[in-house]
Amino acid sequence: MLIVLVKSAVLLLVVITTFAYAMLFERKIMGWMQLRPGPNRVGPWGLLQPAADAAKLILKEDLTPKTADPLIYRLAPFISLLTAFAVYAIVPFGANGDGSPWAIGDVNAGILFLMAISSIGVYGISLGGWASGSKFPLLGAVRGTAQMISYELSMSLSFVGVLMLAGTTSLTGIVNAQERVWFFIPQALGFIIYVITAVAETNRTPFDLVEAETELVGGFHTEYSGLRFGSFFIAEYVNMLTVSCIASLLFLGGWNAPFGLTMLPGIVWFVLKVGAFMFFYMWLRATLPRFRYDRLMTFGWKVLLPIATLNLVATAAWVALH
Amino acid sequence: MIAFWIIAAVLIVSALWTVTARKPIYSVVSLLLNFAALATTYLILHAEFLAVMQIIVYSGAILMLFVFVIALLNSGIAAVVLGRDRVPVAPAAAAALAAVAFVATAIAAAHAPAIAPIATHSQLGAVGRGNVFGSIGDFGQALFLSRLLPFEITALILMVAVVGVVLLAGDLAPYVPTRRRAEQSRRALREAILREGK
Repeated sequence: MLIVLVKSAVLLLVVITTFAYAMLFERKIMGWMQLRPGPNRVGPWGLLQPAADAAKLILKEDLTPKTADPLIYRLAPFISLLTAFAVYAIVPFGANGDGSPWAIGDVNAGILFLMAISSIGVYGISLGGWASGSKFPLLGAVRGTAQMISYELSMSLSFVGVLMLAGTTSLTGIVNAQERVWFFIPQALGFIIYVITAVAETNRTPFDLVEAETELVGGFHTEYSGLRFGSFFIAEYVNMLTVSCIASLLFLGGWNAPFGLTMLPGIVWFVLKVGAFMFFYMWLRATLPRFRYDRLMTFGWKVLLPIATLNLVATAAWVALH
Repeated sequence: MIAFWIIAAVLIVSALWTVTARKPIYSVVSLLLNFAALATTYLILHAEFLAVMQIIVYSGAILMLFVFVIALLNSGIAAVVLGRDRVPVAPAAAAALAAVAFVATAIAAAHAPAIAPIATHSQLGAVGRGNVFGSIGDFGQALFLSRLLPFEITALILMVAVVGVVLLAGDLAPYVPTRRRAEQSRRALREAILREGK
């Protein structure tokens, strides 16, 4: 019991630190890509910027609009934050020599548990946007909900291909099944679908219609300020980290070393893979413009979903024939 | 055991809140709580897969649609105002029929021979493996092999319900966006703007 508590506290600290510096690196990387220095005032190379941002968010006045539903308005950021962190209860980061994973809990239904928790995460956005009692947040929430439901379907289908190849729903089992071939090779189509849907699920550019500044002010969190806004912000980045971890576990071999380079420990490879995926995310944000809403929906339902279904049927046939 | 009683209390309170809440959005939140508590009950019974499915399907998909509809229909915060209570004839007849069906089913179930469990030597263990209580393998066997007919009948009933809803609520002549209609609505908008201008 005590060990689990200590593990959870340490992991929470790691995730929050990762979030803080992911935010800083995103601003730095986008700065370089746009030929400007990025934040460089607080501390050497801007390294203390996250602390300054945190202090600002905590000290800022917390406003609640008169038209808001007080209970739901306060509840929504909690739902977002809670579901964002809850998934780390089961994400494994490496394995001991005897095969036991480095994770707080090793759940048999691991990947299904992840899907269940992330499907609850949508409520943070939809309830928050609705409870603000204001036009722009409502529009942002409705858009976000529709988008996340549509893309969740293709995402789940891309998971099922991996599950069929691995023959297990346990995350550790899936990583162990990739000892020889990483699943992004036999499941290339599934991997591409996952990468696209993961961006959409976390509401990042080019799928950030939920908080499209140019048309919706700030989207679902327009009315939020201070630490409540901060909760949504943290949740977004932690979700980004989560989908990077899932990509690494399901498609990129988890903590398995590439080309037999086993002199580095597994956790280093895992962190490298997650980091590469996070960088890819930031690169996308600096490169691509936003989708138009009807194109986003058409793409999700008429392109991604049929391809994902086709991929699933092909994988099922292949597994059945072997 | 203590966990069970706590969860049972949460289940009952949240279920009562769902039907008594004045604002529909509170009903949704309490129903969400109810589903979470129900999933926890399944977990206590070692049915991991069922618990996860309960969350994914009901909380993640169906309840989300409720939120969607409430957000679109009732964008104001006010509670839905209902007219005075009446007992309409059709629902009353349907309820009577449902009651008869329920009693008949209960009597039939009491007299039916006990249904043999699907897996004869169920055990606890990994969800992915077959022949384990509540595993994906056992669910698949039950749904697609040994209990295929009841499963398909349920699917058919749901399908009928969906068709019924579309018939009751849908437009018989669906709106098809054509060039002519788009031109018409554009003209109407232009005239409305001109009128407002004067």
